[in-house]
Amino acid sequence: MQASAKPEFSVNIVTNLTTPASRETAAPLPMRMTITKLNFFYGPKQILFDINMGIADKRVTALIGPSGCGKSTLLRILNRMHETVSTSRLEGEILLDGQNILAQDVTALRRQIGMVFQRPNPFPKSIYDNVAYGPRINGYKGSLADTVEKSLRHAALWEEVKDHLHKSAYELSGGQQQRLCIARALAVEPEVLLMDEPCSALDPISTAKIEELMVELKNLTTIVIVTHNMQQAARVSDFTAFLLTGQIIEFSPTPHLFTTPSDPRTEAYITGRFG
Amino acid sequence: MTSGRLRWRKFVSNFMLAMTGVCAFVSVLVLFFILGYLVFNGGTSINWDFFTKLPKPVGEAGGGMANAIVGSGKILLLASLMGVPVGFLGGIYLAEFSGKGMASVVRYAADLLNGVPSIVIGIFAYSLVVLPFKHFSAYAGAFALGMMMIPITLRSTEEFLKSVPRMLREGAMALGASKWKTIVTVIVPAAYRGIMTAILLALARVAGETAPLLFTAFGNRFESHGWSQPTATLPVMIYTYAVSPYDDWHRQAWAAGLVLLGLVLIINIMARTILSRGIAVPRS
Repeated sequence: MQASAKPEFSVNIVTNLTTPASRETAAPLPMRMTITKLNFFYGPKQILFDINMGIADKRVTALIGPSGCGKSTLLRILNRMHETVSTSRLEGEILLDGQNILAQDVTALRRQIGMVFQRPNPFPKSIYDNVAYGPRINGYKGSLADTVEKSLRHAALWEEVKDHLHKSAYELSGGQQQRLCIARALAVEPEVLLMDEPCSALDPISTAKIEELMVELKNLTTIVIVTHNMQQAARVSDFTAFLLTGQIIEFSPTPHLFTTPSDPRTEAYITGRFG
Repeated sequence: MTSGRLRWRKFVSNFMLAMTGVCAFVSVLVLFFILGYLVFNGGTSINWDFFTKLPKPVGEAGGGMANAIVGSGKILLLASLMGVPVGFLGGIYLAEFSGKGMASVVRYAADLLNGVPSIVIGIFAYSLVVLPFKHFSAYAGAFALGMMMIPITLRSTEEFLKSVPRMLREGAMALGASKWKTIVTVIVPAAYRGIMTAILLALARVAGETAPLLFTAFGNRFESHGWSQPTATLPVMIYTYAVSPYDDWHRQAWAAGLVLLGLVLIINIMARTILSRGIAVPRS
């Protein structure tokens, strides 16, 4: 397992970095989400300033930046998880397929926009029940067993767990738990999958597996990932936004941003001069 | 001089160490003394008849406390049905819905209610349930005990729900679960072992309460049918038998005490079994 994971993951680096930036920009991609003039506050404190960006369909968009730059906040706004904080206030417009997400029913929205968190957070249930959770609460009528298998396969976890689906999810390793959480999110077939530093609590091998997975999942869904790890952004994403103190400094195709950044602050950050 | 001080310090240290050890030993000893005493005095009176027969009139040997055992069971069951839902749902409200101000008021009130002497609860139940209906009854006793279960259930439900990691809530919400669905399908299942344990311990606590039953369930020498008759219970039976002048009744009282302690022990063991079973949420 370890031996096979390594080379594949270096292959990913190569394909991503050699993708000509011009190809990405030449043909404008359809946008899954568009964020316009977004300003966000916690109480009196403004966290995000005038954010404008598009999330390209079936692509991976990465948000990078130093701690406290607002990248996680921006991600959580995309499925309105910020509303758990009562003092939060939001201005601007966010569209999903042309529909304003702020005007929609929040539970319906979150079924369309799934989320994977920093640390694996499986429910205290069996592996099967974890994956089946989303379809169940949403009144899914089809075959649950099929959905569970399909989701676990998409999350590259099926082979490892198929013989003990009814064991506790906590018996899995951290990396497996995180893939279980990805499977759980995929089971409701979200249009967009948000990932908030999904590998920050994982070892390098589990991280490599999840990165591999993200590249494969592009065929299935649109991914937005927050990461502390610039190499990770370079490996998995098609577009990267660099945030600093609540503003987007630069947003461009990933190879472009990492090789020829147009803003000196971006360059300073990606070359490791701060952050 | 200095060596004298040092010796004194060593003496104080050893003395305090010995004191704490002795006190720890004494606290365990108390339980074993009680247990030993109960077994010694009541063990001989425990037999099949004790569990199956009704009390015999004074002077006749034998007889049992079947009515009190059934009565205690009935009243505890009804008390749980009254107290647990109120405490449980109230705890959910406190942990999940109420604002800070409201929560602290309810919490404070619950703690006060927990501190109300049980005899006062008994008088309250007497004037509220017994007087209007003009007779002692099982439900009056259950009402008193149920009230005593509310604050324990409420506070422990709240505590256990609050200790469920925030990550689990967010995980459920991110899958499109409403607040209520999140509570029912994730939060409560994650906390249920703690809550169940607390409920059982609350039950064990009220199982031995005598004062609230003295003038609510009252007692009965015979089988009580239904819920509206005076009903015998083990604690009241112990009280009645223990203050009587008959040796035979004293022995029966000891036996009843042993049965009651056994009941509490069984409830405790059940609580611990529940705690050790099922899927625990790891502490993060």
